[in-house]
Amino acid sequence: MSTSQATGTTGSNTTISPGGLPSRRNTELAMLVFAVLIPVFAYANVGLAINGEMPAGMLGYGLGLGLMAGVAHLVVRRFAPYADPLMLPIATLLNGLGLVLIWRLDQSERLVDPPGAPNQLMWSALGIALFLAVLVFLKDHRILQRYTYISMVVALVLLILPMFFPAVNGAKIWISIGGMSIQPGEFAKIIIAVFFAGYLMVKRDALALASRRFLGLYLPRGRDLGPILAIWALSVLILVFETDLGTSLLFFGLFVVMLYVATERTSWILFGLTLALVGAVAVASFEPHVQSRVQDWLDPFHVVRETGNANQPAQAMWAFGAGGILGTGLGQGNSDLIMFAAKSDYIFATVAEELGLTGVMAFVLLYGLLVERGIRTALAARDPFGKLLAVGLSAAFAIQVFVVAGGVMALIPLTGMTMPFLAQGGSSVIANWALVAILLKISDTARRPAPAPAPSPDVEMTQVVRS
Amino acid sequence: MNKPLRRVAIFCGLLMVALMVRSNWIQFAQGDELRNDPKNRRVAIERYAQPRGNIIVDGKAVTGSKATEGTDFKYKRTYRNGEIWAPVTGYASQAFGATQLESIYDGILTGDDDRLFFNQTIDMLTGEDQKGGNVVTTLDADVQKAGFEEMGDKKGAAVAINPETGAILGLVSTPSYDPSSFAGNSSKDAEKWNGLLKDEDEPMLNRALRQTYPPGSTFKVVTAAAALESGMYDIDEKTDTPDPYRLPQSTTDLGNDGNHPCEDASLRVAMQWSCNTVFAKISDELGNEKMIDYSERFGFNQEHFVPVRAAESVYPEDNRPQNAMAGIGQASNRATPLQMAMVAAAVANDGKMMEPYMMDQLIAPGLSVVEEHKPREMGEVVSGENAQKLQQMMETVVEKGTGVPAQIDGVTVGGKTGTAQHGENNEKNPYAWFISYAKTSDGSTPIAVAVVVESADVLRDDIAGSKLAAPVAKAMMEAALDGKR
Repeated sequence: MSTSQATGTTGSNTTISPGGLPSRRNTELAMLVFAVLIPVFAYANVGLAINGEMPAGMLGYGLGLGLMAGVAHLVVRRFAPYADPLMLPIATLLNGLGLVLIWRLDQSERLVDPPGAPNQLMWSALGIALFLAVLVFLKDHRILQRYTYISMVVALVLLILPMFFPAVNGAKIWISIGGMSIQPGEFAKIIIAVFFAGYLMVKRDALALASRRFLGLYLPRGRDLGPILAIWALSVLILVFETDLGTSLLFFGLFVVMLYVATERTSWILFGLTLALVGAVAVASFEPHVQSRVQDWLDPFHVVRETGNANQPAQAMWAFGAGGILGTGLGQGNSDLIMFAAKSDYIFATVAEELGLTGVMAFVLLYGLLVERGIRTALAARDPFGKLLAVGLSAAFAIQVFVVAGGVMALIPLTGMTMPFLAQGGSSVIANWALVAILLKISDTARRPAPAPAPSPDVEMTQVVRS
Repeated sequence: MNKPLRRVAIFCGLLMVALMVRSNWIQFAQGDELRNDPKNRRVAIERYAQPRGNIIVDGKAVTGSKATEGTDFKYKRTYRNGEIWAPVTGYASQAFGATQLESIYDGILTGDDDRLFFNQTIDMLTGEDQKGGNVVTTLDADVQKAGFEEMGDKKGAAVAINPETGAILGLVSTPSYDPSSFAGNSSKDAEKWNGLLKDEDEPMLNRALRQTYPPGSTFKVVTAAAALESGMYDIDEKTDTPDPYRLPQSTTDLGNDGNHPCEDASLRVAMQWSCNTVFAKISDELGNEKMIDYSERFGFNQEHFVPVRAAESVYPEDNRPQNAMAGIGQASNRATPLQMAMVAAAVANDGKMMEPYMMDQLIAPGLSVVEEHKPREMGEVVSGENAQKLQQMMETVVEKGTGVPAQIDGVTVGGKTGTAQHGENNEKNPYAWFISYAKTSDGSTPIAVAVVVESADVLRDDIAGSKLAAPVAKAMMEAALDGKR
């Protein structure tokens, strides 16, 4: 096996290759076992709590999840042997628990929508298939750099398309083709990160150096403002025409973060924050959809007081409160009172009620860990494009988690986005598996030992001495 | 690029930390508040997840639970003779929340109370469903039924107290409502509920505890107590009162109803014939400050919890003519039926006021007593000697005064009628009052009653405490005495 010489078990630098790191594939395998077992136990727990018996599909589910994880692991071992060992287990665990949570909500008598778990399982399988495809066919992430401007066009098309489709529940974030609904924003997130990375890598010097100093800040030149203003305008347009606060926030935030990393200029952040604030306040001043979201955020219970009927924000707050520290236990809460979107946007409320504060902390830590591994990959990456792409994807993931979870718990105004890997929705789970695959590929390149120079007797000698 | 990368790492970490801080805040710091928010449907779901414990009167449950079909609620509250007991139990409705005993002892009735922790643990270990405990009340079913039936379709309230303990024996409020009729959460329940809310007679208002009325002449007992306690008057001393009496600082002359010897009458005679002139003059001579003081000893100007909250009866600061009128219960002072029953009870119990209560015991599902109410003395509101003089006056009223209709064979009854004017220039039907107590031959006083009848549909001349309210009081006293025999 190609990795046998690299599977260092002591953790110290005992590989023979020059400057090499342990591949950590066995660590990944061990953690994957837990990442499969925990959702299987959770699945059993739901079945016992709701129906008083082990769920019938348990064996199939366990084997299916295990099989997918196993195949993913083997493909990583073969095609990205030096990849980060934490990302695949975390993604598997989140996806597995997401399936359990959706299946749990499928059992609810209150929710009338069709069962979501079987479809979600299929989407997850497709997501893992895409994950594998990226690992196998993307030989090197730098290939993506060639598609910088094509990415821009594709991303723009994906972002603008939903404007031409009817709004679903107040937000135009869907396109439907032949009865299938796709959320293009989820894919655009990755593609636009590719574009930003490619673009900023080329322009970073101009953006960083050609600036005037004013009040201790480096102000960008007027003509360099073009791109950020264009992205800002696009975000505002998304907000206005698609009434999609989440996507708008995500893209602008992503761009500002990547711009800052590329130029190392704090002034860009201040500039970006100012623009974001101006845009948000301006849109909120005339857009009723955004206004009502802000009102729900400031006082989640105002609708209850005014009409006597609880709306989603109030129900979500109650679900969080009902969970307390340890939660009611899977299958024993009433988070389905949220009714609409309980399985998608509001799935985190089910985590909060049934797994409690403990569960929420664990999930946030898992997400945080995944994000920090991504940024660690960016730090380790040797090429600027890889660094930018890795940090872009990680930041996008972090912002998305923050925006969704923060919205559900009324930390910020609610936006229609999905909790990565947890929430029901095919586009989201597929896109996020692709995102993890790209990060893994970058980390593999970053941690892969530098290709040994042409073998020479000297090197052989050195190695013998070192070992 | 690594320096900004590290900062982005910190920024992303901070985003996650913000989420954790927020979830700690809403799940831990605010958790209890959100969990127990009465609008939170989980509260009702929990309340009806198992058969609810019962409210017990005379060893028999006046409530029940029955299994229902539905996704949220497994059980529904039922009531036996709901109309009679509604002022005591309150209601517990799947859709409209709970009140009174149903609400105050919700924890015991659902089994959630911390004091039932042992039972909860046992149930959890043995795999049984959680069970609720019972609330045992002090009420006397016979007294309550007698009062309710005698009130008939009249609007008003009656409160009966055991003067020796403070135990509430009867708590009648009419018109009443049947809490079973909206215990569920169907549209039929909502229809009933809305109908009750819109009803002009306010059937869901607990008049016995929550409605204050001008006490009218029944307040003269308090004024007489103040007069005796002040030492300025005695029971059979002349009071040097003109008839009519000109109110202080005013040109209004106050007269008396009927042709009775009120001029210069003693306290006993003035009480017997309910002389306005005498008690207005006493109230003026004692002054506003002293009248407030004596009223407060009887329990005015404070809320009482039995444990259901009763409205505050008031004797406010006022000018001289108003204070004089307040001495005959005809100014800005107002009292709940409970308050006037407390006045009668304190007099009957030789001046010692016992704290009124209607929760006798809380009982765990295993029949062990979780909490028990021991009679508590609120204080001596008048001296024993003066209390006995007040008793003599009130007994004279029933023996040969305005309260003759309340006489009961073989029992000493003391009482006081009242007819409180109501509306601008007394244009609305007055409130008919009667407060009384019964004393058996062995010297014990098992019951004191206060009855108020609002504007019944009878000729206004006919309205007097003795005609409308006294029969209700008599029926309740008889029921209590029958129980003793």
